Amino acid sequence: MKIGVIDYEAGNLTSVETALRYLQADYIISGKPEDFKHCSKIIFPGVGEASSAMNTLKIRKLDTFLRESFKEGLPILGICLGCQIVLDGSEENDTSCLGIVSGKAVRFDDSLNLKIPHMGWNQVKIEREHFLFEGIKTNSSFYFVHSYYPLLSDNSDTVGSTDYGIRFSSVFSYKNISAVQFHPEKSGEVGLRLLENFINYR
Amino acid sequence: MLQKRIIVCLDVKDGRTTKGVKFQNNIDIGDPVSMAELYYKQGVDELVFYDITASSEKREIMIDVVRDVAKKIFIPFSVGGGIGSVEDMKKVIMAGAEKVSVNSLAVKNPSIIAEGARYFGSQCIVVGMDVKKDSTKESGYGIVINGGRTPVDLDALEWALQVQDLGAGEIVLNSIDADGTKNGYELKLTRMISGSVKIPVVASGGAGKPEHLTDVFREGLADAALIASMVHIDGYTVEGIKKVLAEEKIPVRL
Repeated sequence: MKIGVIDYEAGNLTSVETALRYLQADYIISGKPEDFKHCSKIIFPGVGEASSAMNTLKIRKLDTFLRESFKEGLPILGICLGCQIVLDGSEENDTSCLGIVSGKAVRFDDSLNLKIPHMGWNQVKIEREHFLFEGIKTNSSFYFVHSYYPLLSDNSDTVGSTDYGIRFSSVFSYKNISAVQFHPEKSGEVGLRLLENFINYR
Repeated sequence: MLQKRIIVCLDVKDGRTTKGVKFQNNIDIGDPVSMAELYYKQGVDELVFYDITASSEKREIMIDVVRDVAKKIFIPFSVGGGIGSVEDMKKVIMAGAEKVSVNSLAVKNPSIIAEGARYFGSQCIVVGMDVKKDSTKESGYGIVINGGRTPVDLDALEWALQVQDLGAGEIVLNSIDADGTKNGYELKLTRMISGSVKIPVVASGGAGKPEHLTDVFREGLADAALIASMVHIDGYTVEGIKKVLAEEKIPVRL
């Protein structure tokens, strides 16, 4: 059950790698689609800006690879920017994204008078049962850093929600893809559990 | 609801945690990696490692510390001290730190903030500000550098707004007047800065008891509070402090 971790130069993958190694997962980190031939699951992490991330994905043909992996039914986990890139688009530099899940990433409105980025620990309310939440209590706290949030076209894709001025989808799932806006690799024991749930999912 | 963070700061010299008052009389108080693990188990939200190693030949020791910490704790931590360039930032980030903190360097060369933000993203760049009361400044506070010894011609509020514009993702606001007093954070200063910027502000300097954290969150509008000697020396635990805050209805991660 090898896990392919997608490297598209969006942020630093050290912490994701450290967490996977700690959990004794079988993984490979690469920016080349051909390296993922023997992978049966995909982790799609990322921190940074949407349009340059999409550019790198296209140059490396990882956009096609991700769409195909989704069609083939491989379990995919998007993390942070990865969770926004799987949507149709992002308000960040008006970027057209992968369009795997219907929705877009929108900026926290200035009128909410919030500190931006949304940085720190916030609670995730479990909206419906999901394998990622096995052994995790509702309203557990996870570590967030982001200025845009996922706004889904179909709210029934929402699995977990978080309140920051407004309530947004912090965890969503559509068919074989799941995505989390927070950083499970930086969210202590509860975050490791969520990653473990993905690693062990069959 | 976003929770208020408690951040423990460890001053590291030649690979060991030290504690001194106003950068003097440093005493060895333990191994930074095992201390980090202890605070992680107590539920600390974040850690800061401040490298006060004097000689540049020993900088590599700090990178080893960062690498070891990253293997054992799965929460964000930042590294400050001895950062002189984007290359230095890259070293600590690749070793597993979430953020890097610049202080005097940012004052001497503000463009390092923009460069760092462009390279790693704003969320990685923390600007530490050492602030002292100064009646000649419009806001009533001025910036000092080199561990609080050297005043510079900068208004604290102006500087805070400037670092935000340059792309800093967070400010650690350290009151030199309150530092080491254990009489509480500088509430007026914290409130002024945190109320004026859009980025998170971490209050630092003066914490002596849990009530001081309650005050700086409630009155000072801080997003996070930095503590050191309370947990290193005075026998408080992160868990115990959070319990007091929770009783006061301050949102914390328990």
